[in-house]
Amino acid sequence: MSVAKRTFDAVIVGAGGAGLRAALQLAESGMKTAVLTKVFPTRSHTVAAQGGVAASLGNSTEDNWHWHMYDTVKGSDWLGDQDAIEFMCRKANEVVVELEHYGMPFDRTDSGKIYQRPFGGHSQNYGQTPVSRSCAAADRTGHAMLHALYQRNVRANTQFFVEWMALDLIRDSEGNVLGVTALEMETGEVSIFHAKATVFATGGAGRIYHSSTNAFINTGDGVGMAARAGIPLEDMEFWQFHPTGVAGAGVLITEGVRGEGGILRNASGERFMERYAPNLKDLASRDVVSRAMTTEINEGRGCGPDKDYVLLDITHLSPETIMKRLPGIHEIAIQFAGVDPIKEPIPVVPTCHYQMGGIPTNYKGQVVVPKDGNPNAPVTGFYAAGECACASVHGANRLGTNSLLDLLVFGKSAGETVVEDLQSGNLSLRPLPADAADFSLSRIARLESQTNGESVFDVGLEMRRTMQKHAGVFRFDSLLKEGVAKMAEVAERAKRTEIGDKSKVWNTARVEALELDNLIEVARATIVSAEARKESRGAHVRDDAPDTAEFPNGRNDNDWLKHTLWYSEGDRLDYKPVNLNPLNEGTEPIALAKRTY
Amino acid sequence: MTINRGRVRWQCRRALLELDLVFARFLDKHFDSLTEDQLADLDDLLINEDHDIWAMVNGSKPCENDRWREMIALLREP
Repeated sequence: MSVAKRTFDAVIVGAGGAGLRAALQLAESGMKTAVLTKVFPTRSHTVAAQGGVAASLGNSTEDNWHWHMYDTVKGSDWLGDQDAIEFMCRKANEVVVELEHYGMPFDRTDSGKIYQRPFGGHSQNYGQTPVSRSCAAADRTGHAMLHALYQRNVRANTQFFVEWMALDLIRDSEGNVLGVTALEMETGEVSIFHAKATVFATGGAGRIYHSSTNAFINTGDGVGMAARAGIPLEDMEFWQFHPTGVAGAGVLITEGVRGEGGILRNASGERFMERYAPNLKDLASRDVVSRAMTTEINEGRGCGPDKDYVLLDITHLSPETIMKRLPGIHEIAIQFAGVDPIKEPIPVVPTCHYQMGGIPTNYKGQVVVPKDGNPNAPVTGFYAAGECACASVHGANRLGTNSLLDLLVFGKSAGETVVEDLQSGNLSLRPLPADAADFSLSRIARLESQTNGESVFDVGLEMRRTMQKHAGVFRFDSLLKEGVAKMAEVAERAKRTEIGDKSKVWNTARVEALELDNLIEVARATIVSAEARKESRGAHVRDDAPDTAEFPNGRNDNDWLKHTLWYSEGDRLDYKPVNLNPLNEGTEPIALAKRTY
Repeated sequence: MTINRGRVRWQCRRALLELDLVFARFLDKHFDSLTEDQLADLDDLLINEDHDIWAMVNGSKPCENDRWREMIALLREP
């Protein structure tokens, strides 16, 4: 069967912050650039980012990039690669000022500089005092960023393919990446995007969990495509959980609610955080609060008929305070918890928020895999940036405001590297194999012809429940082992999904079935990698790896100071060293230490 | 010109989880029974920014256009 083919210098998959930043670099350099996106660019999930973007501009308090580097390495629990972290922190001012020149409406100081506010985990002088490092545009930083980048791309003649879903990576027999296959939703037809360079910027896969703050669009398409094409996934056991998502819905309740005096209570009304964090109580760090909540639920002190949530109580605050300081929360509680928080407490659970792992890359945005003894050999023609990639700057735990920075710095860096590789002649339009689209077409044909199959919704629900129960915020060896077996069963069921609607035009059921294939890869990677890592580090906390004198916080640098690499075929695991050496010779490395705040 | 229902259904996928949840409920309860005129109104509403649609749904911002009022009311239904 013949398949339509389009040819570009570069094809970028995803039009959130990272994809738009990479596209801009390419289009402004005169490269013929295509961006594929499932939804209109300004409806990408980057829109939901509120906190701001970190940069050591020093506009409000004294600051420098090495302090930022220290905070990021420490936040990562030393699993982040120090060359990539140095690169990101050094580049921060440049990419933020660029964005300002693109028209991003940052908040201002009285003297007209970009206003900066403090954010958790960011400090002056190597952990001494809080620093104001976050640059924001009110509470719509991500939204403003996407609009600024999109407008600039339109000016640069980037060609957008809106409502197209990329299906599979195309590789030749030597492993070079030649582009992607993609489904045009309007027609249901599959096409080949043949390119000298392919950049993945598809975001995270937070929808693998039952309780997730992520929008439905976050199905890890790039991560799934990479895994199916034989690329390993790095550090997928590390997911950041936010303590207060609305139970059953996932919608985020900001930390500000506890800042205003909100209290967490168990089924007997006890303020349980007093037992876990006597000083900071409900204002302890995200991971401490999340684990305390999970312990309460696991030990039978949860609320509701299934005892599966705790309560966030603000009923002691005056209605005026709630309406004035927390108006958004009042509306969220009414819409999604069915309670008026002025009168009743809000049911909450720790909720999946951010994917630290992903497609392995270096600081240049090149996708790297082990080859011939080199753990980081670039894959010719393949690049990735943003939440789908693992550079690795977040390591085992991400600091707030570093994700918007990540997508700006590495989106730009990936774009620059592609331009260099194109201009130096390192990249060419390699011949397409005759069977380039066959795998994608066979996946679609399988869906068309499946009978007596499984419902996409049911399999998805089973995956989300399995991940929530077996690889949640607090991990137990026996639960992880059972979870690996369960996810293998769920993955088998996912091979037999069936859709009732077989039409071609705007068939959303088909899109959802194809998205599930990607989520399943991510879920398998997560639980297999988590079961294998027998230590606690950052967001990966095991009950059987507690805080001891020998292993502070349960972290075991002797055996586990290494990146996980998971291969889809056979659930095979490999490991590679963490880069503890900064990028430049004169830069002081951040020495291993216990992570305490 | 008739509006393709599949396209409008897909464009109810939004950038904010808040809206995804509201639209999921709406798609289950109301979408299949929308008249052509109602579908056109929904299509018009969907051109708005996510933060603005959410503000109209949660009532923190008044509905600016009479044409969107009925859809906003349906989206607000628990």
